[in-house]
Amino acid sequence: MAPVTFLEAIRQAMFEEMAADPSVVLIGEDVGVYGGAFKTSEGLLEKFGWERVIDTPISESAIIGAACGMSYLGLRPIAEMQFIDFIACCFNQLTNFVARGHYLWNAPAPIVVRGPAGAGVHGGPFHSLSPEMYFLHTPGFKIVYPSTPYDAKGLLKASIRDNNPVLFFEHKFLYRRSKEELPETDYIVPLGKAAVRREGKHLTILSYAAMMHTSLEAAAALAKERIEAEVIDLRTLLPLDEETILQSVRKTNRCLVVHEDTKTGGIAGEIAAILFEKAFHDLDGPLVRVASLDTPVPYAPTLEEAFLPNTQKVFAAAKDLARF
Amino acid sequence: MPATETAAKLKLSRKQYLDLYYFMRLNREVEDTMTRLFRQNKIVGGLYSSLGQEAISVGSAYALEKKDWMAPMIRNIGALLVKGVPPRDIFTQHMAKYTSPTKGKDGTSHFGDLENLHIVSPISMLGDLIPVLTGVAMAGRYLGQKIVSMTWIGDGGSSTGVFHEGLNLAASQKAAFVLILENNQWAYSTPVRRQVPIENLADRAKAYGIASYIVDGNDVVAVYSTAKEAVERARAGEGPILIEAKTFRRRGHAQHDPAEYVPKEQREFWEKRDPITLYEKFLLAQRLLDAKGKKEIEDKMTALLEKEREFAENSPMPPPELASTGVYCTGDDCHKIQPKWERPIEEVSPPKSSVEPVWTVEGFGRGKSSSRENALIHFGDTQPAVEAPVNSPKSSGKPVAKSPAHKAAPAKVSAARGKARR
Repeated sequence: MAPVTFLEAIRQAMFEEMAADPSVVLIGEDVGVYGGAFKTSEGLLEKFGWERVIDTPISESAIIGAACGMSYLGLRPIAEMQFIDFIACCFNQLTNFVARGHYLWNAPAPIVVRGPAGAGVHGGPFHSLSPEMYFLHTPGFKIVYPSTPYDAKGLLKASIRDNNPVLFFEHKFLYRRSKEELPETDYIVPLGKAAVRREGKHLTILSYAAMMHTSLEAAAALAKERIEAEVIDLRTLLPLDEETILQSVRKTNRCLVVHEDTKTGGIAGEIAAILFEKAFHDLDGPLVRVASLDTPVPYAPTLEEAFLPNTQKVFAAAKDLARF
Repeated sequence: MPATETAAKLKLSRKQYLDLYYFMRLNREVEDTMTRLFRQNKIVGGLYSSLGQEAISVGSAYALEKKDWMAPMIRNIGALLVKGVPPRDIFTQHMAKYTSPTKGKDGTSHFGDLENLHIVSPISMLGDLIPVLTGVAMAGRYLGQKIVSMTWIGDGGSSTGVFHEGLNLAASQKAAFVLILENNQWAYSTPVRRQVPIENLADRAKAYGIASYIVDGNDVVAVYSTAKEAVERARAGEGPILIEAKTFRRRGHAQHDPAEYVPKEQREFWEKRDPITLYEKFLLAQRLLDAKGKKEIEDKMTALLEKEREFAENSPMPPPELASTGVYCTGDDCHKIQPKWERPIEEVSPPKSSVEPVWTVEGFGRGKSSSRENALIHFGDTQPAVEAPVNSPKSSGKPVAKSPAHKAAPAKVSAARGKARR
């Protein structure tokens, strides 16, 4: 089996779920004839037809609203944001209508909202966003942000089958760079379960998406200095796998959180609060954050590089933390 | 077609005439009961009145079939009653009781019923229901159910961005969707003339390439027959339809608001045009109703509302532990909605796709160039319109806008050949 890219894993997940279940449809801008801005839906129109692969006007609120309405008749729509940055355009529809439906009036909305997220490809301030935390504060969503093709496929399948609205972030830096062989048989990766990517005993590095790879590189460098970092891939931010996080921190007694989202209000703060509440006596040092600058994502490669965390920054922070 | 002609054509049965009367009366009585409850401090939050607008809620919802879908707005209690919601649900909702459809988690008419009555709950943000009900119509077509979806929007809500996004998506998808634009002339304290610089909000339909009607919102037969025609046109595949119903909001935005900003003359004018009084006169004149029949209806209503109000008043508040439940749909039985296929599943995919729902237009008109010639705009998959030669006797010396070619310019909108296009 040839290795499969992250992008192809997404396409396979949609293709297989649509083939298996006629209630699954795809709706978004340029998802049909063009096959999506990144070609994640290439070939879907030819296979499933335009009733199931729906090209829409540039109307993010209408895409989300329509997807939600379709779900009320038993469909399982996948709504694509051409770039996840545009999810801000349908913020009201998502947070006020979709997310609250089940709590308020017992109306589950099994929709998946997915799209390319993240920086590192010089997309500039409006095509590089990591907007996950806007939605983490809204009860009702599940939030998934995978880091490998295997997870991307398995988590997307699980998201499509889930009975709740799932926001599924795909890091575009990984689309063509991350490859691995995938099982030929149907599989899912359950939502809400983190993965231990590397075992270690001196500190825990929590991360997700592209930064998970950065964290692994840093961990490899740390190992040369005899610091064994345990690297955990959160995979799902909501619900957060507290059990796996706490188990690791209770073992290593030190915790570093690495995320590409900007620092203030990033998930590291939430994790810090959880550790203070539930593992205060297990901590030998402060919770350390390595995150992007509290600025918009800048365009120039030199600026973008300064904005983003990288292996050196993670390595340095981890080394400091290991001294405690 | 004017509503009166349609009404004549429709020939309502005596039962239908009396149904419209009953539901309008019930609409008003339910709200009057709630006003009393409000004054007794038994309504937890706000109370919004549809006084004088009952004909719109009742007349439009009455045009829907049982299988059709709707999403009411805050002033569409009449529509809820017509669709089959018992008054107790409306009372318990406003009183935040555990027995309410949302178990006290939300109030007013913010509740729905996906499985039986096909009602989508509104939220307070205006316009959001338009794309949702568009999606309902799209799913209905996909499943072969031949349903129509309907929602309401006010003159105020018609200025939201999602009104545009939703109606345009509905139009581009040719969704079986009917939007009732309830122009009651006031968005809270802002009169319609300060919101929009046009006389008829229905004119906006033209910009979406969809059909529209304007109807007297205080004439229940006119509202019903217009809505009925629109619903059947939408069901027949003609695409979404906008109905502007002109009326007046006789109370403030909610109970707290005395609406002193409304000119006295305007209020007096519309109080004389009360939709129930007008309709009752019509029914009596037509001998569709007499004093005895009226009393029977009133007795039936009073008995029902007495029972329903008592049920609501005697219901408990929700237990505090309910607050932390239900954010997520979990467990095998939380999502019971299975798609009800009413067309063969193999028809939805190539090569057997059988529904052709999208609009296509034959041309995209023309634009004037700097030399005052017409630049044609057309699509490669249709024949370009024939342009009159620039130097032809007809066009020379005359403004281009008057040329015969220009007269032919407005794009003909026709039913789609979606399959053929691809």
